[in-house]
Amino acid sequence: MPSFTLNVNGESRTVEVRDPDEPLLYVLRNALALTGAKFGCGLGQCGACTVIVDDEAARSCRMPVSKAAGKRITTIEGLGTPDKPHPLQAAFVAEQAAQCGYCITGMVMSGAAALARKPTLSREEAQQALSGNLCRCGTHERILRAMLRASGKGRA
Amino acid sequence: MNAPLSRREFLQAGGALVVGFTLPGPVFAQRARGDMPRGKTLDIGEVDGFIAINTDGSVTIYSGKVDLGQGLRIAIPQMAAEELGIGVERIALVEGDTALTPDQGATAGSSGIVRGGVQIRQAAATARETLIGLAAARTGKSAADFDAIDGEVRPKSGGAGIGFGDLVGDQRLGVKVDPKAKLRDPASYRIVGQPLARPDIPGKVGGRHVFVHDFKIDGMLHGRIVRPPAVGAKLEAVDEASISAIPGARVVRINDFVAVVAASEWDAVSAARMLKAQWSEPAPLLGAGAVREWMRSGPFEADETLVKKGDARQALANANKVNAEFYWPMQSHGSMGPSCAVADVRDGKATIWSASQATHRFRETIAKALALPKDAVRVVYLDGSGCYGMNGHDDAAADAALLSKAVARPVRVQWSREDEHGWDPKAPPQLLSLEGAVGDDGKIAAWRTEMWIPKATANLPNMPLLALDAAGIAQTPGLTTGLISQNGDPPYAVAHQDVVVHWLKSSPLRPSNFRAPGKVANCFAVESFTDMLAAAARRDAVEFRLQGISDPRGIEVIRRAAALIGWQPRPSPAPGAPGAGRGFAYMHYKHNESYVAMAIEADVDKASGAIRVRRVACAHDCGLIINPAALKAQIEGNILQTLSRTLFEEVAFDRSRVTSVDWASYPILRFPDAPEIVIDLVSRPLDPPLGAGEASATTVPAALANAVYDAVGARVTTVPFTQERVRAAPVQLT
Repeated sequence: MPSFTLNVNGESRTVEVRDPDEPLLYVLRNALALTGAKFGCGLGQCGACTVIVDDEAARSCRMPVSKAAGKRITTIEGLGTPDKPHPLQAAFVAEQAAQCGYCITGMVMSGAAALARKPTLSREEAQQALSGNLCRCGTHERILRAMLRASGKGRA
Repeated sequence: MNAPLSRREFLQAGGALVVGFTLPGPVFAQRARGDMPRGKTLDIGEVDGFIAINTDGSVTIYSGKVDLGQGLRIAIPQMAAEELGIGVERIALVEGDTALTPDQGATAGSSGIVRGGVQIRQAAATARETLIGLAAARTGKSAADFDAIDGEVRPKSGGAGIGFGDLVGDQRLGVKVDPKAKLRDPASYRIVGQPLARPDIPGKVGGRHVFVHDFKIDGMLHGRIVRPPAVGAKLEAVDEASISAIPGARVVRINDFVAVVAASEWDAVSAARMLKAQWSEPAPLLGAGAVREWMRSGPFEADETLVKKGDARQALANANKVNAEFYWPMQSHGSMGPSCAVADVRDGKATIWSASQATHRFRETIAKALALPKDAVRVVYLDGSGCYGMNGHDDAAADAALLSKAVARPVRVQWSREDEHGWDPKAPPQLLSLEGAVGDDGKIAAWRTEMWIPKATANLPNMPLLALDAAGIAQTPGLTTGLISQNGDPPYAVAHQDVVVHWLKSSPLRPSNFRAPGKVANCFAVESFTDMLAAAARRDAVEFRLQGISDPRGIEVIRRAAALIGWQPRPSPAPGAPGAGRGFAYMHYKHNESYVAMAIEADVDKASGAIRVRRVACAHDCGLIINPAALKAQIEGNILQTLSRTLFEEVAFDRSRVTSVDWASYPILRFPDAPEIVIDLVSRPLDPPLGAGEASATTVPAALANAVYDAVGARVTTVPFTQERVRAAPVQLT
């Protein structure tokens, strides 16, 4: 079985897969037990599976594990911890920005990548930064408030 | 205190999925199959059905209603904590577990607080009286001398209290819920009414919250159902060798139910894609384009007159009539996460982990399907992806159960995006025709509503499930839609009015309840039409509504919503059709629940047909508010989701299958479309809670249609408000 070494949340992890085209998302959720990233569509349309790969928000449902090898992968589990959350995670909690919560880790990852690129965002810029992430519960208003709350706060 | 099984024995007999406030996340003590706890009463008449006082003085609440993201996980503990006299941080909540929680009915219809919470509140008040009685007996004083505060029963005169755990020991309370147990005076509330944070949000934001999609048990296989290319297709042949490239993957076939199971999830996904299956190619569907005409032509089950006051036909015969037809298409729940479940069916027992909104109801259905006695089946609720009525969660659970039974291993099934959009049950279509007239006094003189809608099947035990249908397992056929004929009459005084329903025998695609069933479309029609009458009378839309309403709570929300958006009285459309408008709508939900008034500001480009919603203002009265922060989140969510349904959503299908099977072909609202939302909550602590959330969905489409009319003088009567429809709508400047 092909084997790949991934750099996930600062740790080196080696996984064996039958199929080198297995999307990173399935490897993260099953082999590595990192279930924060969610399966939403498998089509790169909804953003629920978003992780950060080499500083860019990426759709893990569309990235073959073979292509992820050698890159720096950050998942929601590596973004912050319960004791030391990323400022955007703290802002999501402060704004109570989740209903069912299924899309939320993808939102946080897309938002964190955007804030890393440009630490201060306007409402319109936050809307654009998250335009590829879908939410069905209608939590947009709170998520935008969380983005603005974290805007300008830098990294944890 | 005559308990056949002590608290300690009970806790030893079987743990539970406990969402604890002080725990880092859900605790799963219940992973092994056949691990049925014994002795926990599920009787809704017993305090022990709902409440356990633990020996350490903490409290466990057992709720049949579940948190679907709407905040019951904090609101129900708030209600219980207030009555008991203990902090919410010392309450753990067990939700929707058929072995542990009483059957409080489905979590649906905004009933979580009104029925679920209120039952638990009464149990908590009874428990408090019992605890005080125990303290009085122990000290030889009168119960009237005590109160329960911060987990202790304390003398009102001061001095040391006795902890709840100390009073109860390892016994159960063993008392019946007393419907007369005195509730605390709302003036003394310390917990109810506070915007306490929801306990599940840190875990959700941190990626640690365990959804059913994340749940695993030892030895679990992954299953994927291979769906037919057409509704009702028959499986003619399966080439099992077509998946031989995937080691360990196997095919399960039960009549027309065909699936693959494999050790790894990706292997299951891959095998499902590889499997060569030959199907018949029926074309049993209408096709989306034919639905509206079909609704007019039937076949019909019956006609029914829902409202009849005066003689509307006669009054309209001699009047200057206004009329309009409104259409609401089939829509998908569109859950972000495709439906998922885990089942373990072995040795004459079954445990199913499901996002079901009605675990007790589903247990009956699945036990019958598996030919097991009900008592051998346990259904445990785990959070799913947001669901607003009934998506595919029960279907996925039936899928997993059939597969687990077939392979005698635990099986997890998660649907694909195509499965979810293609096969989830859909909100039924609705067609309404309205006519009315304004009298010389400027008030509504007469009104008629006719509806064409599918008829729900009375006493249907469960929505018919795809897996049982395909596998040829008997189930009760029928339609579930929710109460879709309500609020078809105007919420204003009209002397002559009638509402008639033409009940259709079927629905173009399998229907289910979807958020505020029927009432979103009905309010769209009724409140758009009210605006049309106001415009015909050259009256301001808010003043026109106020003159027809006498209920002070209705008047208050209307006035507050108008104030919130800075409403200036004038007739619609705005002079000169400037392309910027405002619209208004009002709802008294089911005529006996929450009151909502809403104003929307929108920009409309008539040339392109583009609508930009700028601001939504909502005044909301649901009686007693348990948690204003969670309530506001629900209102925001209802507004934004319904904007999405109004602007973008319609299920596309041809004669064989649903063709809008992803987010490109079934678009929903995105962040750049999200308007600002302002909410004004009317606080009525002395009134009973009325059920919140759904009512604020209903006013959105009409408020937006009325804003479009105000902006450009064109009336949109068909959902979704696509650019094409807005462009095509005739301008009628009065």
